[in-house]
Amino acid sequence: MIPELGHFALILALLLSGAQAFFGLAGASRGNVAWMRAAVPAVTGQFVFLMLAFGVLAWSFVQFDFSVRYVAMTSNSLLPLFYRISAVWGGHEGSLLLWGLMLATWSVGVAAFSRSMPLPFKSRVLGVLGLVSIGFLMFMLFTSSPFERLVPAAPEGNDLNPLLQDVALALHPPMLYLGYVGFSVAFAFACATLIEGRTDVSWARWARPWTLAAWLFLTVGITLGSWWAYYELGWGGYWFWDPVENASFMPWLAGAALIHSLAVTEKRGLFKTWTLLLAVVAFSLSLLGTFLVRSGVLVSVHAFATDPARGLFILGFLIAVIGGALTLYAWRAPLLKSEAAFELASREAFLLFNNALLVAATGLILLGTLYPLFMDALNLGKISVGPPYFGVAFLIPMVPLLMLLGVGMHAAWKRTRLGHLKRPLLALAIVSAVAGLLVAAFVYGEVHYMGAVGFAVAFWVLSSTLLGVWENRGQLGKAPAGFWGMTVAHFGVGLFALGVTGVESYRIERDISLGVGETTTLQGYQFEFMGTRDVRGPNYRAIEGEVVITRDGKLVKTLHPQKRFYASGGNPMTEAGIHARLNRDLFVALGEDLGAGKWSMRVQYKPLIRYIWLGALLMALGGLVSMTDRRYRARAPATVPATGGLKGRVA
Amino acid sequence: MSRYLKFLIPGVLFLILVVFFVIGLQRDPRMIPSPLIGKPAPEFALEDLSDPQRTVGTSDFAGRMYLFNVWGTWCGGCREEHEALLMIASSGVVPIVGLNWKDDRSLAQRWLRQLGNPYETVAFDPEGQVAIDWGVYGAPETFLVAADGTVLAKRIGPMTMDVWQREFLPLISGSGGAS
Repeated sequence: MIPELGHFALILALLLSGAQAFFGLAGASRGNVAWMRAAVPAVTGQFVFLMLAFGVLAWSFVQFDFSVRYVAMTSNSLLPLFYRISAVWGGHEGSLLLWGLMLATWSVGVAAFSRSMPLPFKSRVLGVLGLVSIGFLMFMLFTSSPFERLVPAAPEGNDLNPLLQDVALALHPPMLYLGYVGFSVAFAFACATLIEGRTDVSWARWARPWTLAAWLFLTVGITLGSWWAYYELGWGGYWFWDPVENASFMPWLAGAALIHSLAVTEKRGLFKTWTLLLAVVAFSLSLLGTFLVRSGVLVSVHAFATDPARGLFILGFLIAVIGGALTLYAWRAPLLKSEAAFELASREAFLLFNNALLVAATGLILLGTLYPLFMDALNLGKISVGPPYFGVAFLIPMVPLLMLLGVGMHAAWKRTRLGHLKRPLLALAIVSAVAGLLVAAFVYGEVHYMGAVGFAVAFWVLSSTLLGVWENRGQLGKAPAGFWGMTVAHFGVGLFALGVTGVESYRIERDISLGVGETTTLQGYQFEFMGTRDVRGPNYRAIEGEVVITRDGKLVKTLHPQKRFYASGGNPMTEAGIHARLNRDLFVALGEDLGAGKWSMRVQYKPLIRYIWLGALLMALGGLVSMTDRRYRARAPATVPATGGLKGRVA
Repeated sequence: MSRYLKFLIPGVLFLILVVFFVIGLQRDPRMIPSPLIGKPAPEFALEDLSDPQRTVGTSDFAGRMYLFNVWGTWCGGCREEHEALLMIASSGVVPIVGLNWKDDRSLAQRWLRQLGNPYETVAFDPEGQVAIDWGVYGAPETFLVAADGTVLAKRIGPMTMDVWQREFLPLISGSGGAS
């Protein structure tokens, strides 16, 4: 009975999203205030019913209700409570429900925190969000209901994919979806602006905190996924350029571009149509990611069970949403003109480069991701594009981006003057270049070409960011949150670059077979294999190896990498043993039992890898700090204070 | 370019993408046709897995139809298809020639002792040179080679009895079966 309630709640939510779309859009275009006001309770109701549906599904998991097909597919009676809850989004149907719930959450947020917007604009925004929600809820109800029953009920469930039985990965999808779906808000703002043909740029100010929020969740989500892949997949990689990873990375890059171009539009009224387009593109790429993951057009290690009917439905949805928005754009955008002019080394120009390079990176990744699909569709053969392409293609726009970043954040709006910062910046650039070379040569003992460049660029970004703080040392108390957000995020970018450079240029990986008592030495660390023993977990048994790491005869750490066999069957899972320090990770993963006490093993030395995730988290933190900026909370669209006398202005 | 046309560009690009998606949806990305099909199988001569003194090569099978199976002890899919290979071998329809790919000789020998040996002979390819000639993406892969040395079919991923009966057997009976 209870699962049917959930299904019923979904249907009600769908009806309410229809009401939300209708009252929101029709009310605004007819100027009917009562209708426009009605959009808000429709949003709230939709949110409540989706919460209910979600709660019902979670309840079914907690109660081991294996008469619900989805519950039987993704959990079993041995699964601990925490993972039974996270199993709610551990499969296709449930993750769609989470998507829908998050969309409703964002919509309620917009409805609640939009008092500064004119009513027609707000109801158009809610109307557009309602349209998106209709599509998602129909997709769920018609092709992938999580409440479908099994008759007769299964005596035992199948289990949650063991790969997903991990804390980081339990939290990874909600964060990722919050980010994906969050871009729908900027998208809705852009559509409402285009519908109204608004020539002012207040929408950019309204959209900024929402875009920052979406982007920061996406950042955290991707980071969790990357960190998980590192210790769980057993290869010690943090990024694989898999289509599904790319699907999350493309909206991230577009979102980063959008954050910056929104700043220009808000502050200077420039790039109006470009910013609108980016807002549409960021969300389109999120939807595209969903399509690529769910439809089975690309082969991916992450892919959920795919189904052509679902693929067709999402494609239709994609055409309606993206096609509709781009048509609207082609029709209305020519009416919006940017008038102001700017000079070559002004902040606007730097942000234009920023956008061009970020969009180029997005395009190159899109091309690589879809290339196999293009080739196949043109009957040119099946090919796969791997890390060699992406690694190079991504660096081409990224290195100049980081170089420009160091100058751009000190540039002033409108003018071509770096003023008295010219000399210190030049000095920093030279010092960074030399330091990069020296670190590569003396700390890592090898002037690897990309290593030296990478370190130099990372030092440059870090030091230039600190220069911004130093410049404002007298007035840091008065600095707006936006300044601190920018500083923290850019510092994060620098740390990220440092980490990627360290790992990519100087990691050492060794696949060896070790018998009990045998050792291998890596970068001065001696790894001794002490043997294995059997251990038991709640729903798995595991073989746990013991590897003692010493350096110069002194114990560094004893690692216990595991190979887990889940009761539900399937491939064994690898739990790597990792000793993490800021300057390096030591990584040991068990491979195969080679018999006679010998094991194949993967032993790795990963310099600076922690900075990759630390940097990413700082970027997210920077976004969070920026969101708290006072001017987003102002009720009236007050004129933005001209950032006081703060040097190195805030975007 | 006209002021208005430029705003159409994103929409047009998206339309092109949609066309590709529609085509892509009709296809299964796991079905990978080999460019070798219909062409002569690449020749090779390698050490025999069980006896380094002996050479195994294409010349040993001249005039006979055979299955060419790429495997390694490190490959999970190979373990999975092993039963099916044993059944195919015991049916006696065609001999199976193994290519032990990037593997350790003693491990591979023990694997065959423990799990049973479906192969007439196994060529030992520790460097993966022959696998490159054959365009191997990853183990396991299975090729069907006709008596005249042309490649008739290729399977990527574990062989199953279902695939064997549906895709391979018709080709074998169609070309007159094993000689």
